[in-house]
Amino acid sequence: MAEYMFLLFDDESWFDDLTPESWESAMKLHGEFARAVEAAGARILDGRALQRTTTATTLRRDWDNPSTPPVVSDGPFIETKEALGGYYVIEARDLDQALELGALCPTGNLEIRPVLDTSGSGTTG
Amino acid sequence: MPDARDVARAVEEAHRSHWATVLAATVRLTRDLDLAEDCAQDAFVRALQTWATGIPDSTGGWLATVARRLALDRMRREATLRRKLPLLAVEVAPAAGPDPRPADPLRLVFTCCHPSLGRDAQLALTLRLMCGLTTAEIGRVLLAKETAVAARITRAKQKIAGAGVPFRLPPDDALPARLDTVLTVVHLAYTAGHSASGDRLVREDLTSRAVGLARLLVAQLPDEPEALGLLALLLFAEARAGSRLDPGGDLVLLADQDRSRWDSALVHEGLALATRALAAGDGRFTLQAAIAGLHMSSPAWEATDWPQVVRMYDALLLRWPSPVVALNRAAAASLVPGADLEAVLRDLDALEGEPTLAAYSYLPATRADVLTRLGREAQARQAYEDALALTDSEAERRFLLGRRSGP
Repeated sequence: MAEYMFLLFDDESWFDDLTPESWESAMKLHGEFARAVEAAGARILDGRALQRTTTATTLRRDWDNPSTPPVVSDGPFIETKEALGGYYVIEARDLDQALELGALCPTGNLEIRPVLDTSGSGTTG
Repeated sequence: MPDARDVARAVEEAHRSHWATVLAATVRLTRDLDLAEDCAQDAFVRALQTWATGIPDSTGGWLATVARRLALDRMRREATLRRKLPLLAVEVAPAAGPDPRPADPLRLVFTCCHPSLGRDAQLALTLRLMCGLTTAEIGRVLLAKETAVAARITRAKQKIAGAGVPFRLPPDDALPARLDTVLTVVHLAYTAGHSASGDRLVREDLTSRAVGLARLLVAQLPDEPEALGLLALLLFAEARAGSRLDPGGDLVLLADQDRSRWDSALVHEGLALATRALAAGDGRFTLQAAIAGLHMSSPAWEATDWPQVVRMYDALLLRWPSPVVALNRAAAASLVPGADLEAVLRDLDALEGEPTLAAYSYLPATRADVLTRLGREAQARQAYEDALALTDSEAERRFLLGRRSGP
């Protein structure tokens, strides 16, 4: 088994016309996804939805001058039309299973990244 | 006792026929591509030394056993180090069955051609792991720097291990799409060996290895029409290989090839495969094999069954709507006896401005031929000029110059 982070990127205009019904249907889709993951014999280890990027704050640090304090700025690190809106950490058999589950994940754009095992020597980096 | 030359020949032959099988059987044990590659290579080196006292009956079995034994030794020695490395996900218990399993190479090629890898990486890995080419040889056939090829292969292996690309057959519902990727890569491997420039020995070796890989796919997936179609397509190309260059080394167009020099055994095998493929499917490799088969079974260019060729291109266009296929269809349509040349010309004009055809001399060359036959001399001359400006093949240049000056 291996761990994968599912990064969900979506158009944030969804927040603009949010209704109780659209919220409920989104939650229902994520509930179905969670059941599909369990049914496949994989596991959701963690998962969160994020508030929209207008609430984000970014710190940038110059590592060549470590004594300089970080520059604080309003907004996300990278400004994109489709922004990171949530994530899952999923334990799956292999990348094939992660891709199968990814196809069921309710999001427009999904980046799947294997989680690095920091207890070892980190040789895959 | 065999002499050194016999041994060298036997090892070379075993490398061509069994490299992928030996490597794949070792991968199932090690679950680590680099270690398996090292041990498979060592096994071939040992064969060079050991076979002097007698060449084994089953060279592939001998090599797989030795490679796996070398791997076991190294895994025991490096046990503590290896615990930290990510290992390939394998669907079968490695302990079960010591001998090469027929499906092992198939698992390996699906790993090499995993959709999570880019096409360049899939091709380089397949040439390295399935065809057994060195990075230097891959650089020569892909016209890339050896260091760039090595870096590409290293990155791909890191992704396979790090992201958990498994060493196993895809599930049935994913098989058609996954197989299409594998067939595309094998076709690219063959084409890399078949193209006219570069190191001739490496290229001829590669074409025969790519054909071997296509044979392996057919042996493992005998009911997949597209695998049959690809093998037929490659065998047809192999059958023509001896007549596609003139004594000066220039390309000879299909229309001008001496058909009596085609390898009739390969033609017959290809026709039988293409027939089986067509009975079971209508995918793009099957239809390309069917079109090639119509050419291969025709006694002369002039005797080609053009209406049937056009029908096959129509079917192919449905499957694979691409400007290149549309151009080939139009060129075939212009050769049907009594063809409506004005209609063909309209089809060709509709392809003007297609970016994929912009550097392709075949479009203006086909237009030039149609315009000549319609009696529009001035336009035809311009089209020949356009075609000449785009070709870098000396044979095609001479052909176009000959046509331009008229019969």
